[in-house]
Amino acid sequence: MSSRIDVSIEHRNVPEPPGKQHPNTCPECQSHYRDDELEAALWVCPHCGHHFPMRARSRIASLADEGTFVEEAADLRSEDPLQFFDLRPYTERLAEAEMKTGLGEAIVIGQASIDGKPCELSVMDFAFMGGSMGSVVGEKFSRACDSAADRGVPLVSVTASGGARMQEGILSLMQLPKTVCAVEDLHDSGQALISVMTHPTTAGVLASFASLGDVIVAEPGALLAFTGPRVVQQTTREKLPEDFGLAEQNLRFGHIDAIVPRPELRPHLSRLLRLFSRNGD
Amino acid sequence: MATDHELHLRDRLTRLRSLNLLGGARLSGELEKLQRQLDRIQSAPTDEEIWRSVELARHQDRPYTLDYVERLLDDWVELHGDRGRADDAALVVGLGRFNGRTIALLGNQKGRDIKERTHRNFGMAYPEGYRKAMRLMELADRHGFPLVSLVDIPGAYPGVAAEQHGQGGAIARSQAVMARLGVPTVACVIGEGGSGGAIATALADKVLMQENAIYTVISPEGCAAILWRDAGEAKKAAAAFKPDAVHCLELGVVDGIVPEPEGGAHTDPDAAARFLGESLQEALDELESVAPDDLKRRRRAKFRSLGVYA
Repeated sequence: MSSRIDVSIEHRNVPEPPGKQHPNTCPECQSHYRDDELEAALWVCPHCGHHFPMRARSRIASLADEGTFVEEAADLRSEDPLQFFDLRPYTERLAEAEMKTGLGEAIVIGQASIDGKPCELSVMDFAFMGGSMGSVVGEKFSRACDSAADRGVPLVSVTASGGARMQEGILSLMQLPKTVCAVEDLHDSGQALISVMTHPTTAGVLASFASLGDVIVAEPGALLAFTGPRVVQQTTREKLPEDFGLAEQNLRFGHIDAIVPRPELRPHLSRLLRLFSRNGD
Repeated sequence: MATDHELHLRDRLTRLRSLNLLGGARLSGELEKLQRQLDRIQSAPTDEEIWRSVELARHQDRPYTLDYVERLLDDWVELHGDRGRADDAALVVGLGRFNGRTIALLGNQKGRDIKERTHRNFGMAYPEGYRKAMRLMELADRHGFPLVSLVDIPGAYPGVAAEQHGQGGAIARSQAVMARLGVPTVACVIGEGGSGGAIATALADKVLMQENAIYTVISPEGCAAILWRDAGEAKKAAAAFKPDAVHCLELGVVDGIVPEPEGGAHTDPDAAARFLGESLQEALDELESVAPDDLKRRRRAKFRSLGVYA
């Protein structure tokens, strides 16, 4: 009985949401920007350096050499194996997410070059149902591993995800071992996985492929936790350290290799890709 | 009545036969066994029956890993510690003789009374537990011992220290180690298969599930709290995401269902152990002659085929 985690508490004591802020207002310093200003600044606050969430298309544009990105598996779409219905049907949530984001799923994969080095890119988008991993995310990431292995290039994975997609039930949990097996196949082919964890990379994605990078880098201030701070606080009543679960804590405890601010990410990846290429050129 | 039942069973078997289309488990050679299992189960689980599974899976008298070890293994030697930081009592590992041969066994362990439950952290493992598990997996691989994993965990522990010690990374790496093993591996969910904490030790050649066990991506309460905004709707959540053994078999997530004595495993632990022992032996026999590389290749192919999309 008492072994159950009482999540009801979490629901009852939810703090009042702060007054809705415009997504282009910096939550750290309250500076406000136009879309084009933020896009030009890579969605990093020019005033205080806060990293805004970055959409998958913008991320790809910021990393890949111009005109080199060739998208793969763009037509894969989620099914509804459980005919899942909570307050609304899963199919409706999917359609709405596609309308809102212009993406078919929470991940975009494809071939690309970064600073002249060919690689495979896999980029998640938190705006599509919280970047949750269902069958399609698992399949597309696995195909990215295969494409990288087939072409003999490293895979650069950028994650942003709340975890597994509950609406696909146990099949979404199965995407953890699925993506893990795909990474193992990639490694057996002799290729590297470079994992870039952005805010937030949590639960099922952290507990599978994101953590298996040969090199793992994170963006400043990103939440990288198996269980988020609110749930930990509510279930254990522990006092949380100031930087609980953040990239900075993860670096201190030895779980990631570096924290790289967004403007430095492309040169950082370029250097890594050079080091992993056969002749180091 | 009998005809209705027969029709129903036939319908289910037809559905199971067509499951290959979903890219799920290899079911072809196992239909006979399924027939037997479905005969036992008799009808599609209703919402009430699903919830009964949830309750039975969590029953305070349900046999835990060490109850089965005691009944199934000779010469059991428990191993302790992750060789780095700690010994996690929520996950036990060791060596023993199963029907005459040495196997490596790991399993989640809840406690019986308050004192033991606290000691075992209600069966919720820390990263140290998964590191101990990986140590056993690698030991098994080195010495050619088949690996048996018994899964019974509400979820990996969600605490400050667990996060600081790398819970997510430990779960990821534990799966990765299992994907690399060259020895036969069998996992069985014997109670709660709770999310990441469960899959960490369940990436096996054969995955079985006891009749009243549950296998979930999130606890019914957690799912209800998030999607229904009310943890009290756990029953509805469970009915919606179908964590019971029959549905997991249909989706190809598990390869077989291990029968339990009438009324649940806790009513007759000896009988439950006998059924479990027979199923484990059968699974190990099937894997015995497969070459290490083929085991690895097939295991990865099986998990890589899981999922439904268009």
